[in-house]
Amino acid sequence: MKILVCISNVPDTTTRIKLSSDQNAIDLSNVQWIINPWDELALTRALELKESSGGSIESVSIIHVGNAGSEATLRKALAIGADDAMRVDAAPADAYAVAHEIAEAVKDKNFDLILCGIESSDYNGSAMGGMLAEFLNMESVSSVSKLEIEGAEIKLNREIAGGYEVIAAQAPVIAIVQKGIAIEPRIPSMRGIMMARKKPLVVVPATGAKALTEFVHYTPPQPKAACKMIAADNPAELVNLLHNEAKII
Amino acid sequence: MNFDYTEEHLMIKQAARDFARKLEADVIERDRTATYPTAHVKEMAELGFLGMMIDPKYGGGGMDSLSYAIAIEEISKIDSSVAVIMSVHNSLVSYGVEKYGSEEQKQKFLPRMATGEHIGAFLLSEPEAGSDATSQKTLAEDKGDHYLLNGTKNWITSADNSSIYLVIAQTHPDKKHHGINVLIVDRHSPGISLGAHEDKMGMRSSDTHSVMFTDVKVPKANRLGEDGFGFTFAMKALEAGRIGIAAQATGIAAGAYERALHYSKERKSFGRLICEHQAIAFKLAEMYLKIENARNLVHKAAWLKDNNKPYSLAGSMAKLYAADIAMEVTTEAVQIHGGYGYVKEYHVERLMREAKLTQIYEGTSEIQKIVISRSLIKQK
Repeated sequence: MKILVCISNVPDTTTRIKLSSDQNAIDLSNVQWIINPWDELALTRALELKESSGGSIESVSIIHVGNAGSEATLRKALAIGADDAMRVDAAPADAYAVAHEIAEAVKDKNFDLILCGIESSDYNGSAMGGMLAEFLNMESVSSVSKLEIEGAEIKLNREIAGGYEVIAAQAPVIAIVQKGIAIEPRIPSMRGIMMARKKPLVVVPATGAKALTEFVHYTPPQPKAACKMIAADNPAELVNLLHNEAKII
Repeated sequence: MNFDYTEEHLMIKQAARDFARKLEADVIERDRTATYPTAHVKEMAELGFLGMMIDPKYGGGGMDSLSYAIAIEEISKIDSSVAVIMSVHNSLVSYGVEKYGSEEQKQKFLPRMATGEHIGAFLLSEPEAGSDATSQKTLAEDKGDHYLLNGTKNWITSADNSSIYLVIAQTHPDKKHHGINVLIVDRHSPGISLGAHEDKMGMRSSDTHSVMFTDVKVPKANRLGEDGFGFTFAMKALEAGRIGIAAQATGIAAGAYERALHYSKERKSFGRLICEHQAIAFKLAEMYLKIENARNLVHKAAWLKDNNKPYSLAGSMAKLYAADIAMEVTTEAVQIHGGYGYVKEYHVERLMREAKLTQIYEGTSEIQKIVISRSLIKQK
């Protein structure tokens, strides 16, 4: 069995987002880049499955659509334990373009299981995995919080309102995974870090897939207003402020 | 000149930081109860921090001293007890065996030291031989095929939780320091007993004991280097060790500074954030400058070592300066926190206690000044 994990390169989740002066772009200078946290959990689960498979899972590959600047993030994924990496050489314009590029790059590679994070922590589009399944004409299961391989069967827990359903699937399948799929991401070992440069990182030319969407304008959220403290024994003042100042009752 | 970290250095820094975050959960409790961080040391071993500089052919990471200094600094920002366990094991014991051991000794000991299965301890100080390391009273009598060890060693980091001891002992008292040897000793050999767990001011989660040797047999094959090489060995190992301790001191200072900066941006007095008061802002500026200076000295010493250039002077300067500013910066961090800084919950009082040891162990600040001044006077 061969597993593929789709990796997105995103700003560190603690980044303070700044906009360009015309508010038409995000200022990415001084941003520290990381593996999208959901993709990192997907990779962690893929490695756990490989390690406990007794050799039946032969490899965990990663794929990414992005410019050369994202290779440090890919090498971190290799340091954590992925066996090889592909980078499709194109800026990740939108989910459609990314899904299209990944599909073209892997359609002849016979992956049995493809894992995608449910969303990326930068634009939170939640669309790429489903689109990839369509392009590859593969079965897909979304909101997966648990994944086990039992013989030829892949068992997936899919979150639904009030609980989860257990789905049995046959390879090949795409699992779009969310929190719970793995406990916590792995820290790369010192040996892993030293081995990362020796593992294959293949650059694949882009097919030129066009984005279907474009970003027109960004608006930052309103800054939080100062918090007003009201004494616990003064509910009349609370009602007064909600009624006359906040005007919500 | 190039001050850029490589991609690997940045990855190591992040890995060490992620590991250190896990230490934070129980660091105060372990400090209070003086409990050894068994589970954390196991994870540190799994991540390869205990063999990071050992040659890959013996199972290590094959990394340079700069990588090691970066990792030690990050871990020390949170927990110097874990950092000192790592430092003694790596830069005194593993380095010593790898640099001066025979091929047979390296193959026998290094692979299990690289995985952390064997943790190392370095036994040099004695009740009456601290800075004056030439006056070794512990005897290693030559009995033909083995040495017979008798004597007492003091202040031994990881004495109870290590399995390999590097013991410095006198074989030929008439030859003074030229008669000293260094032996690799199995910690569980018959005749070894430990004194009480030292109740220390700081770094309380690492175990420190005195170690008593009574007729302990050590095979001759376990001697590092030629007969009489022990004192030179100890000095060389301490030279390398200073880079680790200097990095540790820098980390302690940086950890205290980061907490003080964070606190000063949340705490208000007289209607303003305290970082907006010049009294606090100037403290922060001075703390940051000192840390940056210390880090540059540490990195230069590591760079010299990695490039096979003499690094004794640079290492001593880094250790002296980093230890002194660690004391200054942690004291100011407590001051910025005010009353909160004096209680354990805010970590900075612990960092201040930890900083003090960096001025004392692996060569006191006064010894560093001797090394530095002698080196200057010798220069043409």
